[in-house]
Amino acid sequence: MSGHVFHPGHQELHGVTVVLETHGARTYVGRFDSQDERGVHMHDVGVHDAAAAAASKEEFLRRCDKFGIRPEHRDLLVPADDVASITRLVDALR
Amino acid sequence: MPYHPALVAPMREEMTHMGARELTTSAEVDAAIGDQKGTMLVFVNSVCGCAAGNARPALRLALQHGSRPQQVVTVFAGQDVDATARARQYFADYQPSSPSMALLRDGEVVHFVHRHQIEGRSPQSVAADLTAAFDRHFAAAV
Repeated sequence: MSGHVFHPGHQELHGVTVVLETHGARTYVGRFDSQDERGVHMHDVGVHDAAAAAASKEEFLRRCDKFGIRPEHRDLLVPADDVASITRLVDALR
Repeated sequence: MPYHPALVAPMREEMTHMGARELTTSAEVDAAIGDQKGTMLVFVNSVCGCAAGNARPALRLALQHGSRPQQVVTVFAGQDVDATARARQYFADYQPSSPSMALLRDGEVVHFVHRHQIEGRSPQSVAADLTAAFDRHFAAAV
């Protein structure tokens, strides 16, 4: 996955659709709200679980790009310790 | 909860000034999109400043291009709730987001622009993508 990766402390992504990679099998796609000591707050979040999904993460992201994000969580807090990287969806697809 | 009409009035006017026809009821949506022939762009308007603030100027720029949709209609998400929900039924394969744009040809979606494809981009950049889509899907219909 290429593209600029944003690091903790940046709030410039507020309102932007991002791909949040975790240190585990889960990848989240949704609108970034904010980031604080508890973690990353997101809205309208779709989830890819590499341990359970039939489609690859890349296929999941391409489908999100073409058809939009099917939200599984209206609001989600991803714990700070779980966050590996945050990238704009459009950059993640390049 | 919808915003005060006075707040969103400029956002509506920005659309109508570029020639878009507002659809504010489900019946108006059905009349415009149901059994639609030719080419059409449906703009799902939004109060979102970071995305819609660029999407409207982008569309205005794109509509100056040689190939363009024969009709442009707009619904306003969060304001004209029933009309927006009805319009989205015509492109139900695509997850709802706003702002967004659906390009239709004879009632079929041929291209869709999601909010995430607008966020953080300049109007000129979004317009360039739109005109490329117009050329690809609408050129023969103009």
